[in-house]
Amino acid sequence: MEPIIFKIILVAIMFLISLGIAAYSTYAERKVAAFLQDRIGPDRAGPYGLLQPIADGVKMFLKEEIIPNVSDKWLFILGPSMFMVTALMTSAIIPWGRPMEFGGVTYNLQVADINIGILYIMGVLSLGVYGIMIGGWASNNKYALLGAIRASSQMISYELAMGMSIISILLLTDGSLSLNAIVEGQKGWNWNILYQPVGFIIFLVCAFAEANRTPFDLPESESELIGGYHTEYSSMKLGLFLFAEYINMFISSAIISTLYFGGYNFPGLDYLATVLPTNVVSLISVGALFTKIFFFIFVFMWVRWTIPRFRYDQLMRLGWQVLLPLAILNMLVTGGILTFFNS
Amino acid sequence: MQLTNRSKVVVQREMNWIEKLYLPAVFSGMAITIKHLFRKKATVKYPEVQREFAPVYRGMHVLKRDELGRENCTACGLCAVACPAEAITIDAAERKKGEENLYREEKYAAKYEINMLRCIYCGLCEEACPKDAIYLTDRIVPSEYTRGSFVFGKDVLVEKVDERIDVSKRKKEYSIVNNPGK
Repeated sequence: MEPIIFKIILVAIMFLISLGIAAYSTYAERKVAAFLQDRIGPDRAGPYGLLQPIADGVKMFLKEEIIPNVSDKWLFILGPSMFMVTALMTSAIIPWGRPMEFGGVTYNLQVADINIGILYIMGVLSLGVYGIMIGGWASNNKYALLGAIRASSQMISYELAMGMSIISILLLTDGSLSLNAIVEGQKGWNWNILYQPVGFIIFLVCAFAEANRTPFDLPESESELIGGYHTEYSSMKLGLFLFAEYINMFISSAIISTLYFGGYNFPGLDYLATVLPTNVVSLISVGALFTKIFFFIFVFMWVRWTIPRFRYDQLMRLGWQVLLPLAILNMLVTGGILTFFNS
Repeated sequence: MQLTNRSKVVVQREMNWIEKLYLPAVFSGMAITIKHLFRKKATVKYPEVQREFAPVYRGMHVLKRDELGRENCTACGLCAVACPAEAITIDAAERKKGEENLYREEKYAAKYEINMLRCIYCGLCEEACPKDAIYLTDRIVPSEYTRGSFVFGKDVLVEKVDERIDVSKRKKEYSIVNNPGK
């Protein structure tokens, strides 16, 4: 059993990595957007514009902080804080790599291997909507309120289909909700995407909706709602909202990689484990997971700069009338096939 | 009549079930955008790299000197009269003894100001000038912080003796317009 100090260090590292990746996601987003539109994007701050996130952060901190006098001050502050906290909480249960070994003690690269892993993710993700809802409600502004209502109804609708598509995965891994067990069950090429292509598509679409990304960015659709739920926010509180969204994107990518693309597994990892020292293999596996994560972050951005926004009724119809029945069907078929072959 | 061969006939019909999936359309769209990722970028990194201007480009003015470094302008005021935006202000002065190396003729412009915010860069001053003194160049007017600093005086407009501004392209254009036979 590893000492508690290791967990605290791991939490600190994960916190810093989440923030760092979120910061550089803003940079990557601008670069990807620029490249997809035949531009070159930010290149003034530092070499290739690499210091741009720092400049943006400083700008956010130095801006005037406005709290509308008709708003509920405490809730107004609570909104972005809560959104940020819930975004950071999800990273706690993702297995980042194979265990490391120092002095005969095994260190799991996972903050908490709880046996209700996926349930925890779904729970924390649902809590995130409170941040948006409270923020939008406390602003006392109709645009903010409309954005917040859209966000909450969208997230609640897509959580159902998301949960249903996850159940099909649970059927494959003998009903274990622990993410560690799910990753362990995907050794080599044995990735869940091969057994659950439909489930993967459903999950991906729902992840886009949960992260409020285009084509489902209705909560902040600037053309109709000004800024959506963060219309009244300024300075670092706006920064927290935007930042948390990028952290959500990072975590969503991590979860997609973990559930469907074998997590830190890749073909040949078991062979490497026999020839290389444990810690090196562990680092390679972490690298593999992060490669997958970065790919999915890129996909998030790629889709954002390709597809226009859905209309609200189209969004609701897609969620309730297409994805939910499809996910249930997928679950039934998976269950049926498994029962047929196991008996 | 068709101007291009890219027009498509629009049919109002129900989407079939493959189209209703949206996914084929989404993927073909993503294929288009990923192609753009590797295309040549249109951006010109401005202060370091300058776009090449057309020979007829009309940018910031220059007041020319002759080969001996004397100012061409005699403060006749034709440019100021020709200017539709009334951007040019001239104060004339008489050349004193000993100033022959500074000014080409007996009269010169003691003050020559162009308000760059009023100027519409039409080039009529250049056309009006009988002394080859003013030309519009391919230089970009620099940004300033106050309106007052956009009133450019002789210190900015007159070319330095040791850094001449090339206006040969403008001159050529001028000669073609005025001497169609050549």
